[in-house]
Amino acid sequence: MGQTFSEKILGKKAGKKAKAGEVITVSPDYYLSHDNASAIIGEFKKLGVRAVKAPRKIVIILDHIVPAAAEKYAQNHKTIREFVAEQNIPNFFDIQHGVCHQVLSEASFALPGKVIMGSDSHTTTYGAFGAFSAGIGRTEVASIWATDEIWLRVPETLKIELSGKLGCGVSAKDVILKVIGDHGADRANYMAVEFTGSAARDFSLASRMVLANMSAEMGAKNGYFEPDDKTLEWLKKRARADYDIVTSDADAVYEAVLSYDVSGIEPQVACPHTVDNVKPVTAVEGKKFQQALIGTCTNGRLEDLEIVAKILKGKKIHPRVRALVLPASREVYLEALKKGILEVLSEAGCVILNPGCGPCLGAHEGILAPGEVVLSTSNRNFKGRMGSRDSEIFLASPATVAASALEGQITDPRKYP
Amino acid sequence: MKKGKVWKYGDDVNTDVIFPGKYTYTLMEPSEMAKHALEALDPEFALMVKPGDVIVAGKNFGCGSSREQAAACLKAAGVQAVIAKSFARIYFRNAINLGLPVLQSEEASDNLRAGDEVEIDFAGGTIMAGEKTYKFPPLPDSVIGILEAGGLIEYTKKKLQNQAKT
Repeated sequence: MGQTFSEKILGKKAGKKAKAGEVITVSPDYYLSHDNASAIIGEFKKLGVRAVKAPRKIVIILDHIVPAAAEKYAQNHKTIREFVAEQNIPNFFDIQHGVCHQVLSEASFALPGKVIMGSDSHTTTYGAFGAFSAGIGRTEVASIWATDEIWLRVPETLKIELSGKLGCGVSAKDVILKVIGDHGADRANYMAVEFTGSAARDFSLASRMVLANMSAEMGAKNGYFEPDDKTLEWLKKRARADYDIVTSDADAVYEAVLSYDVSGIEPQVACPHTVDNVKPVTAVEGKKFQQALIGTCTNGRLEDLEIVAKILKGKKIHPRVRALVLPASREVYLEALKKGILEVLSEAGCVILNPGCGPCLGAHEGILAPGEVVLSTSNRNFKGRMGSRDSEIFLASPATVAASALEGQITDPRKYP
Repeated sequence: MKKGKVWKYGDDVNTDVIFPGKYTYTLMEPSEMAKHALEALDPEFALMVKPGDVIVAGKNFGCGSSREQAAACLKAAGVQAVIAKSFARIYFRNAINLGLPVLQSEEASDNLRAGDEVEIDFAGGTIMAGEKTYKFPPLPDSVIGILEAGGLIEYTKKKLQNQAKT
């Protein structure tokens, strides 16, 4: 009987044949943390060891509240910088780099066949490159820093087969919102999700990252795309280490297979207050909002900003709307700058913020007042996430957010081809 | 065994309503975290919760962020256990790692009502509410060691000490 990607890679790491449901202990290749590294340092110090076990495996990227918005955040960052120096941690990315999942991918820690654990739920993103990557809590990261080990349950795998061609104005975000809306926020709980089929292969790496990122919103432990020519092309210039391409066997056993012809998918919107409360854009057209957010680890890449610029070029954001744009990383920011995209966005009336998580987690740079509504390209719309518990968050694709920002109300982006 | 009162909630209780992101880097003290527990879902909870109380919810409890404070704040508020139909995976790990028991029981989740008084026998795997008894499956062996040690930090500390001795 064949094995899935997750069974193979975890088995390889554990040095034995692994089957879904088994619990194994592995030594991960890299472990990510961000601003929460300061809390991890606190836990690590309770363990009674002086030095981290494998400093080269630790990756710390400051992104959540950058630059520090208040003294407490500044102290957290300072604590992290001091620890990084004291422990000789080479892979530290200070506030100028961008959102951790984008930076870790650009810096090419996200390699096929690597096992990456991260103290952030969207660590699933690196499956876009054929890595096994899963989110964990901060206490667990502290323990890995000391032991270089973690126990993992080998997940069952849900296969999502995508065929057909995307329609005009429809993107990866609409596909994953449609899947989550149809199957619920816990459909893939404890499971791996493999995205396969011709439409999965058609997606750019940036689009694959959207699906792998949001597989977390179905409860998934990890997402996965089989590496192909596009992956190899990306790695040619970047790969920082050797890697192994690990793929599922043709006769691997899946928990279930969900099939979608993406050509039938319309632009989608996740309505308050859960990510699986998804409706086609046509069902929520006309909903007024005060803030538009374009960016985050889900949709802040160059291809996203290009789509937005194409829609906004020569036009003005609706006067009631505050349109915030956060490129996902400095690399994205620079490319967007060189291509004139930032100029188009600024002329349209957007506020260009520094790369980082921004208001997505509700700590700074665009917090919502009671009664306000935001339309966002981010990945979560939980009650109170971006400010007041009496505010509302709608999630959509960059195209939908851009078209809607022009009209001040949720708008079908297919009107702006 | 401690008696506790049931606080009842629905499906998909997420980490943002349990512990809003705006506090994740500013509130560090458990007692401070407890004051904001479940703030966005039920502002009454933090004011009225008593040590030993139990949260009963539907499916996918703790979905969303990996933030551990969503488990820590409930523990700090004195919550004895969370009973749900299912838990989001990172939340499940976080709760175990912090020593907050998370118990899966479809039947208890369906039948327990807000305000019911319950007693939990962790070793026996039963929840008692008046005349009724509900079973929950024992936790996997791999995590029992962590709970017994009082959480992952204590567990790892002991492991490292033992390694140093040998």
